Amino acid sequence: MATAEEVAKAVERRDVRDRWLLSAPALLVIFLAATGPLLIVLVYSFLTPGSYGDVKWQFSPEAWIAVFLERDIFDDTLSIAAAHVTIFLRSIKLSVVTTIATLVLGFPTAYFMATRSEKTRDLWLFLITIPFWTNLLIRTFAVLQIIRNEGIINTILLKLGIISAPIQILYTDTAILIGMAYVYLPLMVLPIYASMEKLDFRLVEAGYDLYASRFQVLRRIIFPLVKPGVIAGSILVFIPALGAYVTPSVLGGGKNMMLSNLIELQFGQGRNWPLGSALSIAVMIIVMVALLAYVRNAGKSGVRHG
Amino acid sequence: MPDKPDRNAIEVVNVSKIFGSGEGQVAALDTVSVSIRENEFFTLLGPSGCGKTTLLRLIAGFDFPTAGEILLYGQDIAPLPPFKRPVNTVFQSYALFPHMTVADNIGFGLEMLGKPKAEIKARVAEMLKLVKMEALAGRRTSQISGGQQQRVALARALAPQPKVLLLDEPLSALDYKLRKEMQIELKRLQHETGITFIFVTHDQEEALTMSDRIAVMSSGKILQVGSPWDIYDKPAERFVADFIGETNFLTAAISEIANGKARATLKSGATIEATVAQGFQPKPNATVVVRPEHAKLTKAKGELSGTVDNIVYFGTDTHVHVHLDSGELFTVRQQNTRSAGCGFEKGDAVGILIGSDAAQVLKD
Repeated sequence: MATAEEVAKAVERRDVRDRWLLSAPALLVIFLAATGPLLIVLVYSFLTPGSYGDVKWQFSPEAWIAVFLERDIFDDTLSIAAAHVTIFLRSIKLSVVTTIATLVLGFPTAYFMATRSEKTRDLWLFLITIPFWTNLLIRTFAVLQIIRNEGIINTILLKLGIISAPIQILYTDTAILIGMAYVYLPLMVLPIYASMEKLDFRLVEAGYDLYASRFQVLRRIIFPLVKPGVIAGSILVFIPALGAYVTPSVLGGGKNMMLSNLIELQFGQGRNWPLGSALSIAVMIIVMVALLAYVRNAGKSGVRHG
Repeated sequence: MPDKPDRNAIEVVNVSKIFGSGEGQVAALDTVSVSIRENEFFTLLGPSGCGKTTLLRLIAGFDFPTAGEILLYGQDIAPLPPFKRPVNTVFQSYALFPHMTVADNIGFGLEMLGKPKAEIKARVAEMLKLVKMEALAGRRTSQISGGQQQRVALARALAPQPKVLLLDEPLSALDYKLRKEMQIELKRLQHETGITFIFVTHDQEEALTMSDRIAVMSSGKILQVGSPWDIYDKPAERFVADFIGETNFLTAAISEIANGKARATLKSGATIEATVAQGFQPKPNATVVVRPEHAKLTKAKGELSGTVDNIVYFGTDTHVHVHLDSGELFTVRQQNTRSAGCGFEKGDAVGILIGSDAAQVLKD
C-alpha cells in the first residue's frame, strides 16, 4: 500500500506533467513565432545577396563587415562606412533625446494626473490614451501639417511679424524629434503615472514637514519612489524610438534616415538582404546592451516598492 | 509647567477652516481659540470628524486657515509653508521614507536644514539612543515592526529639535500592550526633551493618562480646556461629560448658588450639594452629573431610590444598573474585593448615596 505521502507526491507529479502538456501548444506557437523569424534573419545575415533580392545559399561574412565598414571597389581596402556610422549615431542620439524630451514632458503630466481627485484621474487617463485610437501614419501627417513651411506654426509667426521667412522645421532632425516625442509621450506618461498613483502622498507631507523645499521633495522623495515607472517609461520610449520607421520617413523626408529606413532600403532598392539582416541584428544587440547597462545602472540606487 | 507658566508656545486665535464651497461647504473648524503653554503635553481630544486633526494640520502648515491667526511664540505662522515652520509632526501612518534606512530617515530633517555632516551623525546617534533603536540604524524601514517604526517616526520628528512636536494619533495602529508602553515612553520623551507636545487622539483614556491639559472638541469647536482632573470631574457640557468616561445624568432644580456650590433638588425630592461654574444662574431644570464611582449603594435610604436592573462584572469592579423610582437610570460602580460579593441582587430595592462633592451642574 502506498502511504499518503507517496500518493500526494504522485498526484503532484502528475499535476506538473499535465500543466506542461496543457500549455505545450501555446508554448510551441510562442516559441516558433518569436524565435523562428529571428533565426531566419540570423541565418540570412551570413549569406550572399542574390541579384534580384533574395539570397544565395552561400556562406559569407561580407554583410557583417558592411555594417560598419566599406570595401573599396578598386583596391578592396576596408574603411569606416561613414554613412552607416552617421545613421547609427543619429538614431541613437534622436532616441536618447526623444526619451529625455518625453520624460521632461511626461513626468509633470503624470504628477498632475496622480494628484487629481480619483474621479477626474480616470478622465485624464482616458484623454492620454485618445491618440492611440488614430493610426500612427495619420498622426504623423498631422504633425507634418503643423510644422511644415505653410503650416500652423509658421503661418502664425509670419502673421504676427515675429519672423520674416518660414522656419524650416520639416525634413530636419528636429522634425523627427517633435514627431517621435509626440507619438511616444503616452508610453512615458502611463508607467510613471502607474508608479505615481501608488505613491503615498503623506510621504510628501512628511518631507515638507522636515524642512525639504519643493525641489528637494521632488528630488529626494518623489523621484526615487517613482523610479521604477521612470525606468519602464524610458525603456518603452527608447526601444520603439530606435526602431521608428514611419515618423522619420514622413517627417525626415528620406534625407535624414534612421536605422529602420536604412534596413528597409536593403530589403527594397538596395537588394542586399544579408546586409539588412545583419543591420537588424546589430540594432537588437545595441538595444540589449543599452538596456542592460541602463537597468543595472538604475538598479544600483534603485528602490524596492513596499 | 512650573518654570515658565505664562509663556505660550502656540496661540490659536479665532481660527476657522472651511472646506469646499457653495452648498457643499463644511466648517471643519469654527472660530477656535486656544493657547498651548510652553513645555506642556497638550491633547486635542474628540470623536472622528471633530476637527482635531484639521487643527493639527493647520499648525503643521499642511492646510491654511480660512480665517484667524496661529501664533508660534508670538509670531504669526499661518501663512508660512510647512518647511519654514520650526514644528515637526509624527504622522498617524508614520510616513517613514521607504527608500531610506532608519538612520537616514532620522537625519533627513537635519540634512534639509543644511547642518554639517558630523553634527547630523552625532544627533542621529543621540536620537537612536533616545528611542533605543541603535541596533537597527542600518535597516530599511520596511524591515522593522510597527512599534519600531513608531519609535523611528518619533526620533525623526524630534531630531531637528522642533519648538513644538505634533502627534497625530500616533498610537492608534499599535496593539493594546504596545500602546500602553508607548504612552509611558512618550511621556518620558516629552520630559527628557522639554519640547511642547500637541497630541491628537480620540482615546479618552490615552488623553487622561498622558496630558497636562486636554481640549475636548466636537463639531469644529473646542468645548472645554483643562487638566485631566478638570475635564473628568468638572465637565462643563453634556458632550464632555458623556464623551469622557461613563456618567449619570440627573434632572435637578438649581438654587442658592454661593462660592461655586449650589443646592440641587432632584426629582426624588432629595437635595444634594453640587459644584457649578462661575456665573451660573438658578434654574428649575438643569442637568447634574454624577460619576458611577462617586455614588454608593445602600440597603437603607439614600438621596435616590430604585430597584436593581442589572449587575455587570468587570473584573476590577462591578457596575450596578439601577432603575430609579423617578424613571431615570443610574449606574453605580463598586470596587471588587476577593472575599465579598457585590452584596446586591437583581430586583433588590436600593438607595443611592451621593457624596457631598460628587455632583457637577452642566452649563446647558
